[in-house]
Amino acid sequence: MILSIFIGISIALFGFVLQTSIGGINRKIIGRLQKRHGPRWYQEFIDIFKLLSKRSVSHGWIFDFGVIMALGGIIATAMFMPLTSTFLAFENYDNFFIFVYLLAVGMLGMAMSASGSGNPWASIGVMRALTTMLAYEVPFLIVVLTIVNLSGNSSLTEIMLYQQAAGNNIFLIALPLGGIVGFIALMGMLGKKPFETYIAPAEIASGPMVEYGGKQLGMLFILHEITIFIEVSLFVHLFLGGATNIFEFLFKYFIVYTVANLISNVNGRFKIDQVVKFFYKWPLLMAVTQAIIAIYFGWVI
Amino acid sequence: MISTKYTEKKKFNKQEIDRKWWEVGDYFRRNSLWLLMYCTGCCAIELPPSMTSAYDMERLGMGPMATPRQADILLVSGYLSLKTLRRLIYTYEQMSEPRYVVALGSCPINGGIYHDSHPVINQLDQYIPVDTYVAGCMPNPESVLNGFVDLMEGIKNKTANGWKKYHKNYDWYKKNQFDVLGEVVIDDEFHQ
Repeated sequence: MILSIFIGISIALFGFVLQTSIGGINRKIIGRLQKRHGPRWYQEFIDIFKLLSKRSVSHGWIFDFGVIMALGGIIATAMFMPLTSTFLAFENYDNFFIFVYLLAVGMLGMAMSASGSGNPWASIGVMRALTTMLAYEVPFLIVVLTIVNLSGNSSLTEIMLYQQAAGNNIFLIALPLGGIVGFIALMGMLGKKPFETYIAPAEIASGPMVEYGGKQLGMLFILHEITIFIEVSLFVHLFLGGATNIFEFLFKYFIVYTVANLISNVNGRFKIDQVVKFFYKWPLLMAVTQAIIAIYFGWVI
Repeated sequence: MISTKYTEKKKFNKQEIDRKWWEVGDYFRRNSLWLLMYCTGCCAIELPPSMTSAYDMERLGMGPMATPRQADILLVSGYLSLKTLRRLIYTYEQMSEPRYVVALGSCPINGGIYHDSHPVINQLDQYIPVDTYVAGCMPNPESVLNGFVDLMEGIKNKTANGWKKYHKNYDWYKKNQFDVLGEVVIDDEFHQ
């Protein structure tokens, strides 16, 4: 048990280091895309340690406690994440719905803390974040339930093994419409550009993060990196067939995050009502079509 | 041969350890400077070329930030009228420490072309401490970047300590601010 907890915390730490490095490399890639030199690849580490070294103000104990609760919730979520189809900390506890439940702790902690600051921009940002969540969860969950129906199990390891079994394609190919919906929902989860509405630095002054500075903002950055690790890993495991070894996982992870970032950087930003309308129009339609095709007609490539 | 004579272990006292940690922190602070741009004057037009692909500020780890709480540098670009000075002081006091101030152009140094205008202050240094000046009307993107590199050197050599000066001479700064701005009587729905 203690060993499992130790491995789980190592996975969370690994996720933080991995996502922070890949985030830095991606900043360099985006720099090259815009004909710039770009920052150093370890710039994100410098940013986080700088924030932790600064002095900061508090806006009451809810403000401080919410950040710690969110960080703890996200680390607890990352502890359950399998890295490959054989390597995970807690055997039999890698159900998809565990991640759905535990991710909410982090989100709610951050919402509580941001509302505790009393800044109106923060309230608007939190409201937009929850609205975006409401928008992307519906099509994403329909696709995931289709996957659960096909593979007969909701455990991530079992879904991975189902895709890796001979004769089965990965779900991005087997369910092409569902794969596209999953990727669009992932962009919404990551807060990438067309769906960046709840951060929106030029519009609502970075939304929920408006009152954070110094140590609290540093903790929020760590939280953000681990959240991205969880969400991208979920996509890799659900749609790309997981990984048999760690290098395959790193490769797939890097590809998914980089493609999301590249798409993000050539797009503008939706308004919040456009986000909801978009997700409830095309992705929902595609997800329902995919579910009907796959479950009732049995047409799976 | 190893001496068998007893030598006392070298102990670091607390100040020495604090100084070491502060130097480690200085490395991170000078390589990741986030800007809060207070663009009221015409020098702000020089910032887009120094941020985008021509001069690329991000390779030094710098970037624009949205709010005062997140930022490290308060970038004052150009002249300050009395109305904007009050907002500038509010903004400066909201920033988390260590905080630095960079003043662009000749207006914050001596008033520039507005030196005889009644609502414009002539020396920014009288009201908040300035760490780096970039002279010129208006300064090129090269000199803007050079000013930031100077600030990084200042952080490394511990000469960019305006925020400590502000704590130490708080009464003096407050007196100057009150002299020029006058007593503030706030009468709106937010401050009742």
